[in-house]
Parts: sequence; C-alpha cells; structure tokens
Amino acid sequence: MRSRVLGTLAVLVLGLFLSGSVWAADVIKIGFNIELTGDIPKVGEASKYAGEMLKERINSKGGLKVGNKSYKLEFVYQDNEAKAESAAAAATKLVSQDRVLAIIGPQASKQAIPGGEVCDTNETVMISPWSTNPKTTGGRPWVFRGCFLDPFQGPVLAKFATEELKAKRAAVLYDIASDYPKGLAEFFKEAFEKINGKGSVVAFETFTTKDRDFSAQLTKIVASKADVLMTPQYYDEVPLIVKQAHELGWKKPILGSDSWDSAELMNLCGNDCKGSFFSTHYAVVGAKGAAKEFIDSYKKKYGYEPDAVAALTWDSIGLLLHAIQNAKNLTGDLKKDRKAVRDALATVKKFDGITGTMAFDGKTGDPNKCAVMVKINPEGKFEFFKSVCP
Amino acid sequence: MTLAIFIQNILNALQWGSFYALIALGYNMVYGVLLLINFAHGDVFMVGAYVAFFISTFLLGMYAIQPAWSLPLGVVLVLTFLLTMAITAGVGVTIERVAYRPLRRKGASRLYVVITALMVGLILENGNLALLGASRRSFPELIPKVIYNVEGVSFTNLKIIVIIVTLLVFIFLQRVVMKTKWGMAMRAISYDRVAVPLMGIPVDAIIIMTFVLGSSLAALAGILFAVSYPVLEPYMGALVGWKAFISAVVGGIGDIRGAFIGGFILGFTEIFVATIFPSTYRDLIAFGILLLIMTLRPTGIFGVARRTKV
Repeated sequence: MRSRVLGTLAVLVLGLFLSGSVWAADVIKIGFNIELTGDIPKVGEASKYAGEMLKERINSKGGLKVGNKSYKLEFVYQDNEAKAESAAAAATKLVSQDRVLAIIGPQASKQAIPGGEVCDTNETVMISPWSTNPKTTGGRPWVFRGCFLDPFQGPVLAKFATEELKAKRAAVLYDIASDYPKGLAEFFKEAFEKINGKGSVVAFETFTTKDRDFSAQLTKIVASKADVLMTPQYYDEVPLIVKQAHELGWKKPILGSDSWDSAELMNLCGNDCKGSFFSTHYAVVGAKGAAKEFIDSYKKKYGYEPDAVAALTWDSIGLLLHAIQNAKNLTGDLKKDRKAVRDALATVKKFDGITGTMAFDGKTGDPNKCAVMVKINPEGKFEFFKSVCP
Repeated sequence: MTLAIFIQNILNALQWGSFYALIALGYNMVYGVLLLINFAHGDVFMVGAYVAFFISTFLLGMYAIQPAWSLPLGVVLVLTFLLTMAITAGVGVTIERVAYRPLRRKGASRLYVVITALMVGLILENGNLALLGASRRSFPELIPKVIYNVEGVSFTNLKIIVIIVTLLVFIFLQRVVMKTKWGMAMRAISYDRVAVPLMGIPVDAIIIMTFVLGSSLAALAGILFAVSYPVLEPYMGALVGWKAFISAVVGGIGDIRGAFIGGFILGFTEIFVATIFPSTYRDLIAFGILLLIMTLRPTGIFGVARRTKV
C-alpha cells in the first residue's frame, strides 16, 4: 500500500517535473507588479486589461518569435495594494518565486521607486509604464520607464498656465506623503517662479493621503487670489478637491497632471471637472492609426475607453517584447537571459508606440517623449488641446 | 486673516467637527453602557455609507431591476435615511450578538472584547473589498447642492444641514440618556452590571437598544459624509473612525456631551492649524494640542475618574 502511494507520488512528481521543464522551454514569463486594490484600483485594472489583450493577440498568432523559436507568453499579475512596502514585496516575489524574465510596473511612483530598488538589486529588468518621478530610474541600470519625467512635465504645466491660461499667480495643492504629487508640485513651483518671478506661487498647500476634507487649504487658496489651481493628484482625490474648491467659491481654471488620466475620473467627478486641463501621454479624442485601433479594440473588449495607463502599459509590454526579440536567443538560464534583455532594452534605437516613439541611449532608462495637453470637454471626454515636445 | 476668511473657516470647522462628533457619539453610547471601546464603529459608519449608496441608487432607478414607480427626490431621500439606519442598526446588533455577547457570557475580560472589535472592523473592511471590489463609488447627489455666497463667505446647503443635524442628534441623545427610563437603565448598567438585573432590568434588551442607537447614528453620519464627500471606498471609515475615537477620549469617553464637544475640538484644531500654519504640520500640531489637553485632564473634559472596585 505504502509503496503504491509512493509510486503514484513519484510518477506525479516526475510528470510535473517533465511538464514543467517542457513548458519552460517555450514560455516567456513576464511579471506585473500593479495596483489592483488600494487607492487607485482602476490603474491596476487598466494595466491588467492591456496586458491580457496583448497576450491574447500574440499567443493566438502562435506566440512571440525570438531567434528562430516561438514562445508562448505567460503573465503573472501581483497586486501591490498601492502601497510602497507591498510593491517591494511583490517585486521580490516575482523575481525569486515566480522567476519571471522581466517585470512591468508598478505604475505610481510611490510604488515604482521601492519596486525599482528591488528589481535593480536583483538584476531583473523592470519597466514602469506610468511613473514619472526621476527617482524611479535614477542610477538604476535595470529600471526603465515608458513615459516622460516630472522635471519635463512640471515646466510644461507652468508654461501652459502662463501662456494659455494667462496666469500670473498660481496655487498648488498636493499630497505631501506621496512621491509623485510631491515631486511634481515642486517641479511646477520651480518652473512657474522662473517664468513669473519669485513668490508667484502664492499658495503651496499640502495634505496627507486619505484626507477627505480640504476646506482649510482651499479657503487659503481662494483667498490667495491665484489665477490657477494646480493639483497633481490621483483620480480618487481630484473629484473631492475640485468639488470642494467650487463649493468654497473657486471659479478660475484648475490644472492637473497625468495622474488625472484615468477612465474613472469622470465617473466620480461629473460636471465639476469639465473645462479643466491636464497634461498627459495621449488623448483618446482625435487619435489616429495604431492608437485608434488600440482604443477601438480595447473599448470593444472591456466596454470603456482606455486611459493613459492602459496605453502606456500596452507600449511598455510592446517595448519589452521588442527588446526580447532583439536579444536574439534565450538560453533558458534566467540570469543570462535577464542580462541579455537588459542590454537589448538599453540600446533600443526606435520603437513606435501608440503614445509616441521611444528610444534609449544606453545610459538612462528614460525615453524622450512628448506631452499632450488635454481639455475635458463638455461631454466629459479628454480632448487633444496641444502637444509639447522637449 | 480677514473676518470673511475667519467665518469661512469656522463654518469649515463646524462641518468637519460634526462628522467627528457624530461618530464619537456612537463610540460613547456603547462605552457608556458596556465600558467597551467598539473599534468596529468606524467601519459600521462605512457600512452605512455603502448601504445608503445601494439603496439610493436603486430607488433612483440606476440598476437593471428598477422599482416599479419612479419616486420624487424628497421621498428617495427620506426612504434612504430610514432604510439605511434600519439596516445598519441590524448590522450593529448582529455584530453585538455574534462577536461581543458570547465573550461577555463567558466572562471574558474587556480587553479581549476590544480586540474582537478591532477584528470585526478589519473583517468589515476586507469583506467589503472582497465583495464589492476596490473600485471607488460615486455617491449620487441626493440633496441638490446650492452654493450661497454672503459677503465673501461661501457655503452650501449641505454644510448647514450637516451642522444642524449634528446639533439635533446631540440634543436628542442627551434627552434619551438623561431623561428617559431606558437612559437611566443604560447609565445603571455601566455603574453596576451585577446589581442591575436584580432590579428587574432586562440587560440584554438595553444593550441591543444601545447598539441600535449607536449604529443608526453611524449610518446617519455615513450618509451625511457620503453626500458631502461623494467618493466611497472600503477603508473610508478607518482613519475618520480612529480620529473620532481620539476626539471622544478628549471630550471624555462615555459622556454624550464629551463626544459632542470633543468632535468639535478636533475639527476646529485641524482646520485652524491648517489655516494658520503650513498645512504640512496640521496633524503634528493638532494632535500635539490634544495631547496637551489629555495631560492636563487625563479623563477628558467631561470624564470622571472611576475607581476600580476591589
């Protein structure tokens, strides 16, 4: 009896081992470290949807061709709960336990900075599609991003506020406990004061994550007689800030950044956000070519228009696959393959994505990309207003 | 600070303090009877907001299964308030029945019951996350918003409603606890749990009554909060609940007046610190002040030190 059990077990283990090794040869495993729950779940959802769509598309055509071999794609989605510590844990799990070839995400800088630290020390390629804070890739040869940076976005917003909105005085309201808003608020302030003189940012107000009432800060901002309010917050805070600002008598324009660009923003904000501007990576209304095709098939599959996170994730995966193909052939030795992918990615000469062209110069993980200014039109759609290139 | 800004901030503080006061009243109701810090209270508040969300969106006909008739907004409002308070009261009583009463029956120390309450709170948060997912929900505009502007002071009808409701609830509770037989029984139970049943007072009924009152208060606070800050999320009750508990302690735990005053003290300190100092220091200075009040009066403003019986 006992030997029979053992025998069955041995066969099972052997079977698993065999199937595992047979599959491992033809599968490329990519990890996703994304915000599926927590403060910005829509961001995680968009990332996962973009991933699933691309995976289905490639696998249905027989997989990804690397060298002269075809590989099926396998995506592992890890939730980082939109928390810095969970992002590090999720990255560790993907690197060591799931043994993925490379990692996409985290999306928000608060998670991408610690996540990047883990990937860099473990020598695994990471691409954050959406993180714009310089610290994410700074001094980390293994970490890349799919978007522009805040030192670029800050001046774009400052210039836009001055030239298009004719603002001489600006107010800023941001979350001091989160890397992205804090970084961008500071870059904006620096750039705006460079144009309009010192002290032209007349209110520089803060709050901390999870705050729901901003009335004290907004009362100060309304009283400061600023011409524009800039708030680089995520979609779950923006509606509250904008609504409360209007309740307290704010009638001037409100300016946002690429963190506004979520499919969920207008569901939560309604009429209050209409007429506001924000900088982002691409605009749905007025898209052409490959971008249009992506938007249409995403909408058909999931029922709503893809936001910037979805588009950037789509591009980042595409970029990664492009680099894997450039790496010529995969040996099956994870350490060697990860290195080969990194070297190929760092020297990508040109990759045409739906959010623009990307290239890496081998020194940094930051592509040179243009920003798009978007206006929220009366129908609540994000409409192309202006494109700004570095 | 000009006069207009000063008055504006007083209104802001009154509204924000109202939420702390309403939640703190719930903490103090339960503490006043059972000497139990019901840490699940903040999450019962969250449950109230979600229940109100589902009832109101259903009544407004936003689902596939629609009510047979379309109701005017006023009726929807009244029904939402009544149904939400009833359902949330049911949730509160269920929690008492399932989580607290068995421990009480077995004579467990109050410390264990407090830990149980913490666990119930986490279960409510994560149960909601598992059941409804993490996506935010936008609360419908049940009370059409009107913005008034008087001499540079801007306020909405919502602000005024919140402040008035809080005041009325406080007066109502104070009367119930101080002037009625039920209230007397409640106070008696906290005074001497052993002797009270001997006087023919149904202890369990009084405790259920307390939870009904406390939870419907949480529901009321939840609805008003959701109307004022219309983005719902599973963890919305955690931070507000904690802060309201602190304000209840500052005001004097177990005392209705304490909760009311404590809530407003916290609301006023938070708003005015953010107004006068850079807003970065808000929580640091606000809680520094509260700590100072506590060191001067360890039992809170209205609290009375209890001597433990040997």
